[in-house]
Amino acid sequence: MKRRDFLKYTSAGVVVPTLAGGIGAKALGYSPLTSALAMTPQNDNVIVLIYLAGGNDGLNTVVPMDQLSALNSVRPHVILPENSLLKLNGTSVGLHPSLTGFRDLYNEERLQIVQNVGYPNQDFSHFRSTDIWMSGSDENVVLPHGLAGRYLNYEYPNFPTEYPNSDMPDPLAIELGWTGSLIFQGQSASMGMVINSTDSFYNLIQEEVEPAPDSNAGERIEYIRLIAQQSQVYGEVIKNAAAKVSAQGTYPETNLAQQLKIVARLIAGGLKTKLYMVTIDGFDTHDTQIQSGNNTQGMHAELLSELSGAVSAFMKDCDGLGVSDRVMGMTFSEFGRRIISNASNGTDHGAAAPQFLFGNHVAGGILGENPEIPSDANYEDNLEMQYDFRQLYASLFEQWFCIDGNDRAGFMLDDFSTLPVTSGAQCSPSSTHDINKLAGKSLIEVYPNPLSHVGKVKFVSSGQPIVIRLFDVQGRLVDELLRGAYPRGKHSFSWNASGLLSGHYYINISGQGVSQSKKLVKI
Amino acid sequence: MNPESKNPFRDRFLKKQYQKYDVSDPVLNFENNHLRSPEKPVFDPAKMNLNTYQGEWGPQQIMHLLRRTKFGVTKDDLRYFKNLNMEDSVNLLLTEAPVPDPPVNDYNNGEDMIDPDVPWGETWIHAPYTDTVTGGRVMSLKRFWLQNILDQGHSITEKMLLFWHNHLVTQWWGVFFPQASYKYLELLRKHQMGNFKQLMKEITIDISMLYYLNGAQNHKDAPDENYARELQELFTIGKGPNAGYTEGDVQMAAKVLTGWTVTWPEREMAYMPWRHDESDKQFSEFYGNRVIQGRGAQQGREELDDLLDMIFDTEECALFLCRKIYSFFVYPEISEDVEANVIVPMAEVLRDHDYTVKPVLEKLLTSQHFYDVNVKGSFIKDPANHLLGLWRTLGMKAPNHFSEFEEAELKSSMIWSMHNVGMQLGDPPNVAGWQAYYQQPNYDKGWITTNTITSRGIHTDSLVYWGFWSPAEQIPADLIKFIEGLDHPEDPNLLIDEITELLFGVDINDRAKARLKSILLSGQAQDYYWTEAWNTYQGNPTETTRMLVENRLKWMMQRVLQYAEYHLM
Repeated sequence: MKRRDFLKYTSAGVVVPTLAGGIGAKALGYSPLTSALAMTPQNDNVIVLIYLAGGNDGLNTVVPMDQLSALNSVRPHVILPENSLLKLNGTSVGLHPSLTGFRDLYNEERLQIVQNVGYPNQDFSHFRSTDIWMSGSDENVVLPHGLAGRYLNYEYPNFPTEYPNSDMPDPLAIELGWTGSLIFQGQSASMGMVINSTDSFYNLIQEEVEPAPDSNAGERIEYIRLIAQQSQVYGEVIKNAAAKVSAQGTYPETNLAQQLKIVARLIAGGLKTKLYMVTIDGFDTHDTQIQSGNNTQGMHAELLSELSGAVSAFMKDCDGLGVSDRVMGMTFSEFGRRIISNASNGTDHGAAAPQFLFGNHVAGGILGENPEIPSDANYEDNLEMQYDFRQLYASLFEQWFCIDGNDRAGFMLDDFSTLPVTSGAQCSPSSTHDINKLAGKSLIEVYPNPLSHVGKVKFVSSGQPIVIRLFDVQGRLVDELLRGAYPRGKHSFSWNASGLLSGHYYINISGQGVSQSKKLVKI
Repeated sequence: MNPESKNPFRDRFLKKQYQKYDVSDPVLNFENNHLRSPEKPVFDPAKMNLNTYQGEWGPQQIMHLLRRTKFGVTKDDLRYFKNLNMEDSVNLLLTEAPVPDPPVNDYNNGEDMIDPDVPWGETWIHAPYTDTVTGGRVMSLKRFWLQNILDQGHSITEKMLLFWHNHLVTQWWGVFFPQASYKYLELLRKHQMGNFKQLMKEITIDISMLYYLNGAQNHKDAPDENYARELQELFTIGKGPNAGYTEGDVQMAAKVLTGWTVTWPEREMAYMPWRHDESDKQFSEFYGNRVIQGRGAQQGREELDDLLDMIFDTEECALFLCRKIYSFFVYPEISEDVEANVIVPMAEVLRDHDYTVKPVLEKLLTSQHFYDVNVKGSFIKDPANHLLGLWRTLGMKAPNHFSEFEEAELKSSMIWSMHNVGMQLGDPPNVAGWQAYYQQPNYDKGWITTNTITSRGIHTDSLVYWGFWSPAEQIPADLIKFIEGLDHPEDPNLLIDEITELLFGVDINDRAKARLKSILLSGQAQDYYWTEAWNTYQGNPTETTRMLVENRLKWMMQRVLQYAEYHLM
C-alpha cells in the first residue's frame, strides 16, 4: 500500500483564504468523495484467531496416513484406528474423526492446512512458548509486546490517547475468553479490548478527576480511570453493534461456539475492529487424551469436536449474515506434542504442529509435507518445523491486510518470506492506512463550532504542502480556504464565514499522506 | 488430574452452581497499558535495601503494613496497632494464627445433596470418597477458607496461605477430592513460615499434587514429566536469566520421581518400587553434573531427597522464592536494582536460615524499602482483598436470622462473586497461579478490565444500595453502624479522612475530599448541616432522622468505592 502523493507544491507562500474561488477538485486530479471524505476503510477484512491453549497434539489432529506403521509403534497409547480417520481426497492426510466440520470446509475449499509450523529451537515451557507465539519473537528474545499489538501500533500510531474517535470509533481488537494474552500488547499500550458478552456494561460514575501522582500508585490510578472510561465508551459501541444484528444462525452450546457467535455478531454489526481472538483451553493432554478402550473418544476428541463444530457454525452464520467474504480465521497453539505417547494415555510437550486457516478466500489444500515419523523414535524426539509461524502472520498481513514488505518487516521485526494463503489477489491500492495513521490526532479545528460569522481555523503542518477545503455533507467542494507549505507545527488563521449558508459541513486538510476531516456546523 | 477428570457429578454440580449464582468466566487482561511506558518502578534508590526502617511510625506506615499482611483493615485493627511499635507489630503479625477446626457438612440440602456418611455439622475430612456429595464438600472447603479469612486475627497466616496456594498451585475442581485438598491446605498452613525445603518434600508427594500434575501416573515405562517440569520451572528454580536447567534435567527429574503414586481405589499416597526407574540419573552442568544414583526397592524413595538437595543447593532456588515473596508482598515487578539490592540480600537471609521463611519476612517487613512512600498503594487489590477486605472494613456479616444453611449459601455467593472478577479460592487459572503476580507487563493491572471494573462497581454499588445478593436475601452494608465505629462521624472533614484512610491505598487531595464532602452536605457550604443532622439522628433515631443521614452517606460511599484509589492497597 503506497502513501498517496497527490499534492506537489514547492512554494512556501501563504495563500490568503477567501470564500470565493479556489481551485476545483477536478484540477487536483481526484474526486473529493472518494478521497478526502473516504472515512470507511476500503479493506474491511478481519482476522479471527483461535488459540488452542495447552499445546495441541498435531499428530492426532492431522494424521500422516503414510506414516501409520511407525505411529502405531511409537504412540500405541493414543493411536487412532486407520478406518476412523477422515481421509482428505487426493492426499495422504487423514483428519481426526471429530473433525467432520473441518473436512466439509476443506472440501468446499474454505479450509487450508499448513503442516509442521513452529519456530527454531522449540521451548517446551507452556508460558515461554505461548509468549513466543504471541509476541512473535525469536526463541532467545523476550519481547514485552505482541505481534498483533505491533501491527496495530503501525496501523493506529496515535492509540490510545484521543481514542475512540470518529475515524476509529471501535475497539482496535477484541479478545474473548478466559485468560489474557500478550498478542495485542502494543509498544506502549494494549491495543485490544477484552469482553465476555455484548451487553454487560454497567454505568460507572464519571466525574472530574485530579491529576494522579507521579508514582507507581499514580500509574495505576491513571490506568484504572482509563479502563473505567473505556468501559463506558466502548461498551456503548459494542452494544449498538450487537443490537444491529437481529438473527443469527445456530451454534453448538459450547464455550468456543458461543465466543465465535459474539464475534460474528460484532462483525456483522459493523465494527471496524480488525482482529478478534477467542480461546479454547484444555489441550495439555498429558494424560487421558483418549478414552481407554476407544481411542477415537476422550478429551482430545471432545476438544477437536468443539473446535470443528464451532468453526463450521461460525462460517455458516457469516454466510447468512453476508460477511463471510471479509473473514479469515487461523488456529494456533504454543506447541504440538511429543512423537511418542506416555503410559498415562497422553502425550507430553512437543514441537511443530499443523495449523488451520479458514475463510472463503483461503488458498485451500495442504501446504507442506507430511512429517516423517522414525519408527525407533525415543522420548527426546520431536517433529521438525517446516514453516516458521511468523511466515503465516506475514502472509496474512501481505495478502489479507495488504501491507507491503517494508512496513511488514518493520513491525514483524524481520523480513519473513510469505506463503500462499489466499486465493487470488485480495489487495487493491487503498488509503486505509493513511487515515488510520492519523486517527486520534487532531490536525484541524475550527473555533467556535458551531460558527456564526468569523472564526479561527487551527491546523497542524508536517512541513509538507497542504490544502484546506470545505465540503458539504454530500461531499461537494464548497470552498478552498488555504493552500501552501508551512513550517512544521501549529498554525492558525481567521476565517470569515458570514457568506456560508447555515448547515453541516466538513472542513478537510489534505497533503502528502495526510487527510483529515472535521464536522463543522454553520448557524 | 484425578483419574475421573471428566467427572459427570462434578460437571453437573458446577453447572447448577453457575446457574444459581449467576457465574460467568471473568475476562482478565495481562497485556494492557503501561501508560507511562517504558518506565521502571519509581523507588527511592537510597532506601533500596533491607536496612531497618528508622523513620516515622504513624498511621500511614501502620496502614501500609496491615494492608499488605491482612485482608482489609478495620478501624479496630488500626486502633490496636497504634499502640505498638514496628518491631512489635511485625512480630505479632508473624505469629501463626491458631489452626481452625476442620470444615464440616454445611451442604446437606434435603434434596439432591445428602451426605450418606456425614451428618450435618460434622466434619467430612475423614469420610470415604462419594461422587454425589463431592461437589458439596469442595464448596464446603472453600467456604471454610473464606470464613477463616473473614475471621482473621492479627496474623499474616491467611495471606501466607494465599501466597503458597498461588505458588504451589493445585486446582480443587480438577483434583475433585476435597479430602486431599484439605490436607493440601493444612500442609501449606503447617509450613506457612517454616522450612521451604520440607514443604517441597511434602507437597511433591501430596495426594492432590500427585493428581494435579500427573505424578500419580508417572511410570518408568513412559515417564510423565509434568510435575518434574513445574517443580523446576514454577516451584523452585524459575525462569530467571540464570536458571540454566535443561530439558534433560526435566526428563531426569521425571525418572527420579517415578514410583510415587496414588493407590486406587483407596486414593492413598504410596511408593511402588516396581514403577520406579532404577537407572542412574545424570543432571546437567547447571546442577554441577550431579548424578543421582538409581536405587531399587524402598531405597528408591531416597532419590527424592537427593533431588531436592541438588535443587536447593543452587543459588537460584533461594533467589526465586525471594522474588516470589517480594512480588506478592511488595511490588509485582522486579527491576535490576531491586534484584541486586533487595532480592539478593533476602536470598542470603533465606540461605543463612536454611530455607526457613519467617526471618526473610521479618527482614522485609521492617526494611526501609518496604516503607518507601512509592511502595505504598502500588498494588491493585486482588479480588480477595477487594471483596473480603471490604466486608471486613465495613463490618459486613450474615443477618442474625440466617440459618446455617443460608449462611453457607451466602458464602458460596461470595466465592462465585470473586470468581466473576478473576479469583476463585482453591482454583487459580493454571499451574503458574494468578497472572497478576507474574505476567508482564501488566501484572496486578490485569485484574482491571472494562469487564471487571464494571463488575467491581456493581459489587460496591450493591453493598451501598440494594444489597449483596445471596439466595435467601440481599444484604446491604450497614453504613450507619460502620461510621458509628469511627472516631468522628459527626465531623464531615474528619469522617472523610477516616473513611479514606481505611479504604484508599493512597490519600486523595483536598479538592477531591471537598467534592466528597459536598455530597454529604448536599451541596451546602456549612459543615454543621451534616453535624446537626448526625447529632439529631443520634439523639432521636427515627426513620426520618436516619434516612436524612443514611441517604447522604450512601451517595458519598458509592462514589468513594468507585475511586481508583479505593482499588489500591
